[in-house]
Amino acid sequence: MAEFLLSPPLLLMLGSVVLAAAPRNVLPRTVLRALLLALPVYSLWRFWGLDFGDYAQFQLFGQTLTLVRIDPLSRIFVVIFHLAALIGSVYSFYVKDNFQPLVGVFYAGSALGVVLAGDLWTLFLFWEVAAVSSALLVWVRRSGRAAGAGLRYLGMQMVSGVLLLAGIVLLRHEVGAAPGWAEFRNLTGFLENGGLGFSNLAATLIFLAFGLKAAFPLLHSWLIDAYPESTPAGAVFLSAFTTKFAIYALARAFPGQSELIWIGALMTAFPIFFAVIENDLRRVLAYSMTNQLGFMVVGIGIGTELAIFGAVGHGFADILFKGLLFMAMGAVLYRVGHVNGSDLGGLYKSMPITTGLCIVGAASISAFPLFSAFATKSLIMSAAVYKEYFWLWLVLLFASAGVFHHAGIKIPFFAFFHHDSGIRCKEAPRSMIVAMVLAAAASMAIGLFPLAELWFGVANPFYELLPYPVDYAVYTNTHVITQSQLLFFSALAFATLMRTGLYPPELRSVNLDADWLYRRVGLRIWDGAAAAFVALHRAGYAAAGRLATVALATAQRHLGPQGFLGRSWLTASMALWVAVLLAAYLVVFYWRLA
Amino acid sequence: MAHHDHGKHGGKSYWLDRKRNVAKVFYALFAVDVLWMAADFLSRKKAEFDAWGGWADGGFGFYPVYGFVGAFLLVLAAKQMRRVLMRSEDYYERRRDGGAS
Repeated sequence: MAEFLLSPPLLLMLGSVVLAAAPRNVLPRTVLRALLLALPVYSLWRFWGLDFGDYAQFQLFGQTLTLVRIDPLSRIFVVIFHLAALIGSVYSFYVKDNFQPLVGVFYAGSALGVVLAGDLWTLFLFWEVAAVSSALLVWVRRSGRAAGAGLRYLGMQMVSGVLLLAGIVLLRHEVGAAPGWAEFRNLTGFLENGGLGFSNLAATLIFLAFGLKAAFPLLHSWLIDAYPESTPAGAVFLSAFTTKFAIYALARAFPGQSELIWIGALMTAFPIFFAVIENDLRRVLAYSMTNQLGFMVVGIGIGTELAIFGAVGHGFADILFKGLLFMAMGAVLYRVGHVNGSDLGGLYKSMPITTGLCIVGAASISAFPLFSAFATKSLIMSAAVYKEYFWLWLVLLFASAGVFHHAGIKIPFFAFFHHDSGIRCKEAPRSMIVAMVLAAAASMAIGLFPLAELWFGVANPFYELLPYPVDYAVYTNTHVITQSQLLFFSALAFATLMRTGLYPPELRSVNLDADWLYRRVGLRIWDGAAAAFVALHRAGYAAAGRLATVALATAQRHLGPQGFLGRSWLTASMALWVAVLLAAYLVVFYWRLA
Repeated sequence: MAHHDHGKHGGKSYWLDRKRNVAKVFYALFAVDVLWMAADFLSRKKAEFDAWGGWADGGFGFYPVYGFVGAFLLVLAAKQMRRVLMRSEDYYERRRDGGAS
């Protein structure tokens, strides 16, 4: 029993439920918060003591389900999800209400359930729990916009869930038992010809289900739509889990799937154009998240050990630096009330610490040498080079310059520098700063570990956490120089555009994206269909009315006081007609008899 | 906007408030870029790709040119996208007033 209750998913989920249910007079706020922070810490400590293998198996409807399967791929996600739950909880202590950290830790538990699931039924269960609990984190903003965005978000998550369920049911039909990852691969003939041919319907449905949560192009707009509508803390939790466990699922089920290369390349490139013209700085971060997920998807698509290593490592690093950037923008939102680039500027005077930490996040996401993405994204780039994907490499290089442009420069520049907006506010609350310092320190550590290994021969604990042991030298002269050239000249382009006035000004606006298809076109079609139905209903009603009128008039004509059938007849004529009827009857009777 | 209190926040004047200093930052960036360009002389790498006569990846100034041109064109292209994609801030909220019903 303890194996179940103390497994990472259930420990976090049940723990947060128990804490939420505890009466306030029994459990003062500080004690509750200490216990809440203790949950991920204890869970990670316990997890660390376990070896690779299956735990907490149980029987359900004659099938063996596995709650916890630890292997090198799930391990790294388990570690980062615990860290994200911890950092997110600390961050969210800026409000007195504990609802957000409680839901956040619960949501983290469901995400852990996804990455630890040993079979697809268990995966599906946590897939859905994560969808619902994360929607709460959008709604917690309690604004009209958040209500709508949360509903659209939940709808899209449910679509993913339905696709996944349909795929699993089809698999179950073919396998005849709870389908696990091994059955998934055997059945789909995986790795025999460099990925699936998508002739298998079950595999295709599951691919789309994972792809929706990994924000594939055209399936991505729920992320852009919903995350920026959440609260400062809500967005931090949201940015960590759903997309990353989708990356885990893709890495688990579809490594080397060649379609992923071009899907991922598209994901790295198109969001950066949107990010340049987007005014809401947290929405800029959402676009940049799609872009970073693109790098991971490319890595999974390339499928070599180095590429998967890079994809998974980059997912780990992204949770930290994207979380850090969301935390910094959340601090601005909390203090100023909005994060519109058009109305901010000069905040470094009021929020110097947040500014500095935001710059660490910006440098990390831009893959500056010494910062985290330099030690993770490079692996994906190198993997593309080794496989001689020339055009892919050019796209990724362009996307890298673009990341620096919109996330590395635009975010800190328009929020904290640019022209002084005159806004004067307090520095971010202490809890926010502590959380940002934790994320910034972790981001820098990932970037500095390879250097420590190079100079002092210290083993790199981050690379040891990754699924495969890969020997890769991050800090070579060439690599440091070429990456710095790319980034510094990208910065020069920005500075030149600003000084020449060519840079598009930040404008209060909405930019149409794929969600336009359902928020406008789909809605128009719905409105049109509804109007057509109403018109049809009215026309039918009118036609029925006319028909009834005609029928009534006809009846009136024949049966009314003046009608042929309605007027009084003579008794004699009645007797005559009865006699005629009887005679006719007799004739028919004899004719039948003969 | 409240431009009147430029540099007078709490009686404090900030270094970056002066236009001259912003220009200094720009020229410093330019100087750093010249140095990075020169770094190509220190470390010539072997091109991984044959495409573009080996200039891509291996040639002199490839990364600086690609970074600058890429970022420059990115912004100009995105600027043009606004013509098609930009709507007012309350675009999605107004649908019932301007919409079909």
